[in-house]
Amino acid sequence: MNESLQQERNEDAREADHPTDTHFVRFINVQKSYDGVELVVKGFNLDIRRGEFVTLLGPSGSGKTTCLMMMAGFETPTHGQILLKGDPINDLPPHKRGIGMVFQNYALFPHMSVAENLSFPLEVRHLSKAEIKRKVDRALAMVRLENFGDRRPAQLSGGQQQRVALARALVFEPELVLMDEPLGALDKNLREEMQYEIKRIHANLGVTMIYVTHDQTEALTMSDRIAVFNDGVVQQLAEPETLYEAPENAFVANFIGENNRLYGEVIETIGDSCQVRLDSGETVSAKAVAAGGVGTRTTLSLRPERIDIVADEADHDFDNCFRAEVREVIYLGDHLRTRVSVCGNDEFILKTPNSKGYASLRPGQSIVIGWSSSDCRALDA
Amino acid sequence: MSESPASPLTTADGVPLKVSLRRAVRRSKVKAFLLVSPLLLFLGVAFVMPIVEMLWRSVENAEVSTYLPRTVEALEGWDGGSLPEEPAFAALAEDLRTGQEARNLGLLSSRLNYEKSGMRSAISRTARGVRNLEPPFRESLVEAHRAWGELDTWRLIQREARPYTISYYLAAVDRRLSLDGEIVKVPDHLEVHVGLFWRTFWMSAVITGLTLVLGYPIAFLLASLPLRHSNLLMILVLLPFWTSLLVRTTTWIAILQSQGVLNDLMVTLGVIADEARWQMIHNKTGTIVAMTHILLPFMILPLYSVMKTIPPSYMRAARSLGGKPFLSFRRVYFPLTVPGIAAGGILVFILSIGYYITPALVGGQSGRFITNYIAYHMQTSLNWGLAAAIASILLFVVIVFYMVFNRLIGVDKVKLG
Repeated sequence: MNESLQQERNEDAREADHPTDTHFVRFINVQKSYDGVELVVKGFNLDIRRGEFVTLLGPSGSGKTTCLMMMAGFETPTHGQILLKGDPINDLPPHKRGIGMVFQNYALFPHMSVAENLSFPLEVRHLSKAEIKRKVDRALAMVRLENFGDRRPAQLSGGQQQRVALARALVFEPELVLMDEPLGALDKNLREEMQYEIKRIHANLGVTMIYVTHDQTEALTMSDRIAVFNDGVVQQLAEPETLYEAPENAFVANFIGENNRLYGEVIETIGDSCQVRLDSGETVSAKAVAAGGVGTRTTLSLRPERIDIVADEADHDFDNCFRAEVREVIYLGDHLRTRVSVCGNDEFILKTPNSKGYASLRPGQSIVIGWSSSDCRALDA
Repeated sequence: MSESPASPLTTADGVPLKVSLRRAVRRSKVKAFLLVSPLLLFLGVAFVMPIVEMLWRSVENAEVSTYLPRTVEALEGWDGGSLPEEPAFAALAEDLRTGQEARNLGLLSSRLNYEKSGMRSAISRTARGVRNLEPPFRESLVEAHRAWGELDTWRLIQREARPYTISYYLAAVDRRLSLDGEIVKVPDHLEVHVGLFWRTFWMSAVITGLTLVLGYPIAFLLASLPLRHSNLLMILVLLPFWTSLLVRTTTWIAILQSQGVLNDLMVTLGVIADEARWQMIHNKTGTIVAMTHILLPFMILPLYSVMKTIPPSYMRAARSLGGKPFLSFRRVYFPLTVPGIAAGGILVFILSIGYYITPALVGGQSGRFITNYIAYHMQTSLNWGLAAAIASILLFVVIVFYMVFNRLIGVDKVKLG
């Protein structure tokens, strides 16, 4: 009994010594500056498990692409270390890293056919002709472009080019694939289709993927974990649900999904909830997430779909309940988007499903809305 | 659903769509034409007309029929078997008399002298004494100059009575039409043009190659440096381009001549002895160095314009796929720059086979180009027909190169700057 425990502990220790599965990719306090004056990436830390799909999400100029380029080897970190399978790769040139990469505009070689594009990484690895042909055919089958090997990239549609780029990044069987906004140039329908395609391939091959995008829907759909970037710093690193349900700061709350904001001052804190006096005078009870102590300013964040219209002002379950005036109703088929004026905020949005007969709302109408304090998150100012 | 092919598309009021479209764009077409018409006119006068005249001059053969009209008429129907009859001699005497009075036999005698040496003196001597000639002219003309007693002379006059001739083209390639009507080579010591053509072509090829070797890295830098630095580099490339050609050429004389900067420097450094200074100017070296320098921008700019369109992500993709830097360059970047190489190459080559001033100034005897001979025939020997023929051959070569280039690469792929 004791022995087996000991053995288990040893195995644990060994796992800690060879942490390449839990720490397949590590960014350790990575900083990057292009001009020696400003930091584009400020202290980036990230551990990625083997087989994980991690998205770097953020507005343009937030440093996410720079991080990807450092991973690929096209930029060198100004400070800090990047480890791949436990080995530092800061000084390793790109062609020795063995990392597949899909570029924003695909970067398919225009003077080569699709098959030649796919053969390139295999030829430079000196594989035999037969082996190359086998792998190219398999990669083309994987992206369902079996009969397109002889075409030139220019003869393919955007979606097909995208798939070829994907196949080319995967054909030499890298363990890590980087994608730099690969779907940015596609139209909406194709983009959604490709999201599922990439997800499917990821699931089938089990490769580790680092994906860069500024599209939050894309990030939420595809990722195991998302790192939200802003201003060179990771604002929050979490699973999609957590990011949406429990944003840790005002930026994340705003960036992920739609968000109503109310500004005020903390007047009382009880455990993890607090009372906030809004600038317009009302008092709201909220969940204290990132708010400071009594007297500090805070931003309250509310998801539009977590707000309900109260039929009977005397009888409801909400701990926050206010009178609002309807400004605008937009009919969106499956749901209604209603803009109301409440607590001094003219841009307050309600999303209500089209099943409750709310279609009778008219601009100018006075209604009562309510929300639970647990859905109302008090964040940083 | 689709329109039946028999009924052409019409607009709502029944006008055929094509007619309607033509009407709609007519105004803008007229406006566009009027805007370019000054330039068209200028091109017509300054470019098309001279070329047409050059081509015309290279085959024109009006001298004999203009200045010996009676002789030509009298020789009509002559079989060329034996000397013509008295009327032809009489006609010749009459023509020469007219010509002598008008003092316009110079062109005729030069023209006939190209074909048969001695004709110039035959005509001028006979013409001087033509007033004292007595009939029968057959005897008195032969007495005046023995050339008129030679069958070849008369055959030549009959042959050159034709309005067109290929003899200038033949002379341009060191051939001539013998009096028997066969194409023969000129004697070796008169052979100049073919050698000069070849020298022009191979030196142009060397210059093109050198501009490529020197220009490719610069174009690459221009296309890949950040804008601030590449602008500075671009100015460095263009500055000489804006400087006078003569200034640049004479600068090379100052640098390369035997008492020049480079030789002085090497003597001072002890690389060469003072009495063994290198001859680097007024020969092939001078021409190649100066022309390479002068034509470099014409290679760099097309290369740059092509390289500018190659996104850096191609090389990154090649590297990320495992290609070593040089291999990635060779397999991915270089093939994409081939249109630029071809454009720059064809441009430099065409410019250099037609180059005149630089070879004339720094080429000495061995670094001359065929163009310098065109100038010689224009200005010194005054054989404009030959000059036109050589120039027409050059034009033809340029057109052939251009067409080959267009077939292989496509002119539309090339942008300048």
